[in-house]
Parts: sequence; structure tokens; C-alpha cells
Amino acid sequence: MSIRVLRPGLLSTLQDYGRHGLQHVGLCPGGAMDPIALSLANALVGNDDGEAALEITVIGPELAFEQDTLVAVCGAEFKGGFPHNRPVLAPAGSRFNVGRAVRGARAYLAVAGGFAVEPVLGSRSTYLPGRFGGLEGRALKHGDVLPLRDPAAASRFSKLKKTSEGSVRWSAPPLTLADREPILVHVIEGQHFGSFDANAQRGFFDAVWKIAPESNRMGFRLAGPALVRTQPEEILSGPTCLGTVQVPTNGTPIALMADHQTTGGYPRIAEIVSADVPRLAQLAPGGSVHFARCDLGMAAELRHHMKQRLETALRGIAWNYGQ
Amino acid sequence: MARSTLRPKAIVPLGDCAVYIEFSDKLDLEVNAVVQRLALAVHARSLPWIRGVVPALGGLALYFDPDHPAAHGDALQAAANVVQECLKESLAGRDEVLRTVEVPVCYDPEFAPDIEEVAKKVELSVDEVAARHAAGDYRVLMIGFAPGHAYMGGLDRKLGVPRRATPRALVAPGAVAIANEQTVVYPYAISGGWNVIGRTPLTVFDASREEPSLFAPGDRVRFHAISAEEFVRMQQ
Repeated sequence: MSIRVLRPGLLSTLQDYGRHGLQHVGLCPGGAMDPIALSLANALVGNDDGEAALEITVIGPELAFEQDTLVAVCGAEFKGGFPHNRPVLAPAGSRFNVGRAVRGARAYLAVAGGFAVEPVLGSRSTYLPGRFGGLEGRALKHGDVLPLRDPAAASRFSKLKKTSEGSVRWSAPPLTLADREPILVHVIEGQHFGSFDANAQRGFFDAVWKIAPESNRMGFRLAGPALVRTQPEEILSGPTCLGTVQVPTNGTPIALMADHQTTGGYPRIAEIVSADVPRLAQLAPGGSVHFARCDLGMAAELRHHMKQRLETALRGIAWNYGQ
Repeated sequence: MARSTLRPKAIVPLGDCAVYIEFSDKLDLEVNAVVQRLALAVHARSLPWIRGVVPALGGLALYFDPDHPAAHGDALQAAANVVQECLKESLAGRDEVLRTVEVPVCYDPEFAPDIEEVAKKVELSVDEVAARHAAGDYRVLMIGFAPGHAYMGGLDRKLGVPRRATPRALVAPGAVAIANEQTVVYPYAISGGWNVIGRTPLTVFDASREEPSLFAPGDRVRFHAISAEEFVRMQQ
């Protein structure tokens, strides 16, 4: 029992919450670029939190369901006509063309019962640079077959409230999509902020940065004014984190994303707070972002606020499953 | 640096879920040896709120859950405290070489896109650059940037060149590169800014191996030159 891939889309990979605690051998946690949307998608099909889903990027795949499958798509909005942010019972023999993203860059397609792929180093996430995890360590391609672990889990649909024609008359809120751009992203000053000249320090916060085309799951290159340092000497390579913004010698900042490097030798001008990383992940190349300074206290507030909104949404979904 | 006086020079939040505790902003092999022992000591405590302990060249990064109750609402302070507590035993520890890793390298220009530029910069012949690199006695100071990507100290000072101004979009897997009196081996085809002077046929990181990483922090590493034919044979 499985889902057939008729067209793979631009970049479709299986992702869960990633592999933690392996940074000492240089392996970043990886996992979903927008873990908030992943969490909602899993909840909508009644999965345990942390199940792997299909991360769909900008241009979605076309899929054929070989059996009745309970599916949910959360995160970016695609114009394929498939209902978003709600559980949908895709009947056996049906096809689903996800289409192109119209708002946001990444959506998560979860299936009830999860995908039957073996965990590697404790996770089902696809780690593209290392070519392991997920489906053979790579993005989907034409003709792939995505095996389901528990096809009978589609029967969960019968527990749902307010159903109508294979879906429901309610939806989960999109928590990470922006209504307009540039989006506002909060940062803490990085270790080397002070080594940049006054123009660069001001410019970093004044500029509207565009996500450059050569951005990927490892990092977003930010097009804008070149950032110049007053002390141009090289720095000792040091640790990095999801959301670290480093500036190579060419002056173009790079925001480190899910498949980021665990250390880097470029000066770190800023650190994006954890609450804002999933929103940044929803920007496609060409999308724009504006940075605002904050401190650890505000970072905690933003984190707790996002956590509360997610928990409220998850409680709402659980209630609709009669829990 | 006298070991008994070693104390954190900077406590740097890496966002709100990690901290870097820096002991030196310059490469200091003695400091690095203490950092390696410190990382082992913190890791051995198995603290529930700490998700990762990463020894770096000049300090230690701790990745944590900032909202875990055991961090008492101030994970940054809690992390600094743990490091302070572990520092004493780490300062008293002895430096030991646990194992030596032998790495074959082909330095032929077809495997070494930057070797001619490096040779020009340091005013040596291409052959001399290769010979001096292979003659070094290296130690793994940090693994980072990518899985199994080991930063090794001990490069011939004559080969000290800076990183490239613009990182390469793709470097070949097994590429052996230099910068800043260190050498590295790229595990995958990834973006990288170091000067590539050779390539090894060995697999640096394999998630399906019992020991995924070829290198571990503290390893001694030796390189030896191989021909292009040997490279191809060993790769098969």
C-alpha cells in the first residue's frame, strides 16, 4: 500500500524533527524547515508528534493514491485545489497535483500512520548533503513509490467531527505564513557584530534583505548592501546554530537553516531567535525580510507566544478528533 | 598559557537555544586539549536539558532546551555554571593520543583545483606544496561544518594561506583543503571556502557505518601521496 509519485515537484523530501545530539561529529539536527507546520500536519491526520511528512518546496508533486489515504497539507498555500490545513480522505485511485506555492514556500504533507521508511541515526529526515535518511537520502523523483506504514489508519477519518465530502468544515490556522513582506525577524547580536563598521551595523537592521536564488535547506543567502568589517582579519572557526547569520568575505550574509553547518569560519553578525526561524523558512527566493534587534528576554516571550498558539491549535484539532 | 588560570573569555548566546563558551579566540593547541576534555566531562553528566555538547577550536558550544525545568528559566547561566564546575577536573586531565588515522591523498592538479594558486601565493612549486602537506603531523581539533569534517592542526607554517574570498558552490567529496595553518577533508559535495590541494578516495562520513565518522576529535592524522591510478583503484 503506497502513494505513487507521478511528478516529483521542485524539491520534495521526507522530514521529521531531525537528529539531535550528533553535532559533535559535525551532523546538524536537520529536519523540517518549518516544524510548526509539520506539527499541525501530523495532528490533523491523528499521528504522533514527530512523525515524518513530505516537505514540499515551491512547486509541489503530483501524487496518486493507491488506497484510501487520510492526508493533511499544512504550511505554504499551493494552488493545486487540495484543501489546506485540514484532514482530507483521498480515495483509492485519486490523483492530487499540489501545484505551485502562492503564499509561503514549504508545505508538509502528512499521511495517517506515517511513511514506511527506516530511521537512520534516529530520524527519518532526508539529509541531502549526506545522501541518507528519508527515501534513499534524496528528494522524490518520477516513479517513486512512497510506502505507508499503516494504511488502515485512514479509518481515523470516521472519528472526526463536522465532516463533509471527504474533508471537514473547519481548518487549522496557518501559524508561520506572513500576510505581507518584508517579514519581521528578530535577532540577537552575534559574537562579531562589533567587528563590522557603523554602516554595516546600521545597514543590517535598515535594509530589506531578499532571499537570493542560490538559497537552499543549508542556508539562505541574503541579497542587499554588502556588509564591511572594520577589522577584516580572519576569525577562528567556531560553532554555529540554526538561525546563525554569518557574513563571508564578499559581504553577503547567509542565514543558516535546517541542514546548516555545525561550525563556520565567517564572522557571525546575528543569531535569529528560534521562534522566528520557521517564518523565515516560509520565504521563497525573492521573498524579503527585515531584521529587528531583540534580547534573550524577548526571545523567550516570542518562543512562548508561538508555543501557546501551536498548543491552542493542537488542542482544537484533538477536540475535533473527539479527544 | 598556564592551565590553572584558564577561564572563559566570552559567554556568547547562539540565539536562545545554545551558548558558546569561548576560552581563546586564537588557535592554541593546549587550550583545545582542555576543551576536548571539558566536552567529555559535560557530556558525561547526561543533563536532561542539554541536547548537544560540541568542542570547538577555542571553546565549547552547548545546545539546550531553554524551557526545560532543570534549566530554571536561565539556561545561559545554567550552562555557564556546568562548564565552570567541569573546568577544574578538565584542567587536571592529561592529553592523550587515542589513535592515528592514515589518509591517502592524490595531489595531482586534476584533483587539486587550488594547488597552483596556493603554490604561487607561498612561492613554492606545486610538488613542494604537496610534499610539505603530506609531511605534517596533524591532530583533529574540532569536527564541524559538515558531518565528519575534521579541522586538523599541525600544517606547515609555510602553507599558511587565507580562505578563498568567495566560497565555492561545490567542493568534491574527499577534497583535502588548507587555510589558516589547518587542513580539512570535505566529506561531501558541499559549498566550501578552503583552498583545495588534493583529494582522498576514503569515505569520510558514512551514516550506515558502525563508526560513521572517519575522524574523531583528538585523533592523530597522517597524509600520504598517491597517484591518480591509485586513487581510482581505491575508490572502487
